[in-house]
Amino acid sequence: MTLKTLNNRAMAWIKIAVFLLALIPLLKLGSGAYFDSLGANPIEKITRTTGYWALSFLLISLTVTPLRRFSGWNWLLRLRRILGLFAFFYASLHFLTYLVLDQFFDWTSIVNDIVKRPYITVGFPAFILLVPLAVTSNNRVIKLLGGKRWLLLHRAVYFCAIGGVVHYWWLVKKDHASPLTFAMLLTLLLGIRLFYWLQGLNKSGLFTVC
Amino acid sequence: MTPYKSTSIKPSEITPQEVFYNRRHFLQLATGAALAGLLPSGVLAGETLANVKKATEILPDQLTPLKDITSYNNFYEFGTAKEDPAINAGSLRTRPWTIAVEGEVNKPKVFDIEELLKLAPLEERIYRLRCVEAWSMVIPWVGYSLAELLKRVEPTGNAKFVEFISLEDPKQMPGQRSATLNWPYREGLRIDEAMQPLTLLAVGLYGEVLPNQNGAPIRLVVPWKYGFKSAKSIVKIRLVEKQPISSWMEAGPSEYGFYSNVNPAVDHPRWTQAKERRIGEFFKRPTLPFNGYADQVAQLYAGMDLTKYF
Repeated sequence: MTLKTLNNRAMAWIKIAVFLLALIPLLKLGSGAYFDSLGANPIEKITRTTGYWALSFLLISLTVTPLRRFSGWNWLLRLRRILGLFAFFYASLHFLTYLVLDQFFDWTSIVNDIVKRPYITVGFPAFILLVPLAVTSNNRVIKLLGGKRWLLLHRAVYFCAIGGVVHYWWLVKKDHASPLTFAMLLTLLLGIRLFYWLQGLNKSGLFTVC
Repeated sequence: MTPYKSTSIKPSEITPQEVFYNRRHFLQLATGAALAGLLPSGVLAGETLANVKKATEILPDQLTPLKDITSYNNFYEFGTAKEDPAINAGSLRTRPWTIAVEGEVNKPKVFDIEELLKLAPLEERIYRLRCVEAWSMVIPWVGYSLAELLKRVEPTGNAKFVEFISLEDPKQMPGQRSATLNWPYREGLRIDEAMQPLTLLAVGLYGEVLPNQNGAPIRLVVPWKYGFKSAKSIVKIRLVEKQPISSWMEAGPSEYGFYSNVNPAVDHPRWTQAKERRIGEFFKRPTLPFNGYADQVAQLYAGMDLTKYF
């Protein structure tokens, strides 16, 4: 067994490890809430943390494909689903925090936010768009949809990631360092895809210079 | 000029005393008796200020605990995260310290901090603080009206505005190593706003010397404006004829105006100002015009379009 080809047992252990690691931010929030150590504004802390990890997992899941290409470790692909689902998990917590803890079902304020606050105007659809991706993240649905259609649908994740980064960028007051990091990483990840895509076109002769 | 109207607070609401004493006890231990003997009192953060007149008028609002006031701060000189100032402000040296008051005045003067501490009787003022980020606190400051200081330098007829300049020293203020804002931090008020008795020069908090992260050794508190208008760690006050440009106006002219009065009817371009979360409370509460000080300050803006002059 090499790093290029892992057997199923090794794969199972890796998946368990990823699952447990991915729960750490939630456990930290939980213990923070229990021991009352989330600071003076716990709701803000929870909102920020869940949002940060939703975006992080989204970017990590987008790293899988390029990393697999560079390394040749095809088994990485088998982690993509769990990573994507954790992105959805933290995004859901983020949304629920806003809905319940922040706004407490104040629908008028929520609708106003979605219509009038640009960062929510992009953040909300970015989250909603994650729902069909999460729902179709199982083998049965993939079979039902057919690989091509499934793949097309899941390209929507690019828009979710862009929406998420823009959402973060627009909500900070002046400290752009963290959203900037996300923006640069996302540009890199999407840039790699664009590069390969253009190369594909080139091979098919569309970009041959006369 | 309307006199300062304080609003009474029940003694039962005043202080989470255990926090207060624990902190003091810790500081006393940490500093050691020898050092404490060498220094005059009222210097170190956490030391009790002497001869403070207790607040006579009390807000119906509950005071925000000292722990929250000192651990959740916007003070970009020490970092942009709320926890940063409490972590990093230890490097600020508050002695020696002077404030130069200059510009359109008959008697410009450099005031030493010891002199400032005795310039006028210290009084406790319990004020609401509304941050532009839509959270708020209730803070028992200690200080005196800025007018007390301004009267002593005799502003000339040309003094239409007052500019406040905070300390710039990246060695003491690590946040200044990044160009988050154009340092030093600058703020400004119209002269009548500056002379309004509510406008406070604060040197303390909860009866103690102002902690570094809250703007030690001396700061401004303008309770009817968003928090960023209240410049911290002030080293210079200039009386000027033209409206000064504040650091935040420079950073985002469409988002932060010169006046920045708390106004639930005028939203920040990116978020609503209609409500606020009082630190320690679950449900948001409606934001009050001029942060609840309308009867004292609204007349300063009579006839002005506050949507335009935000």
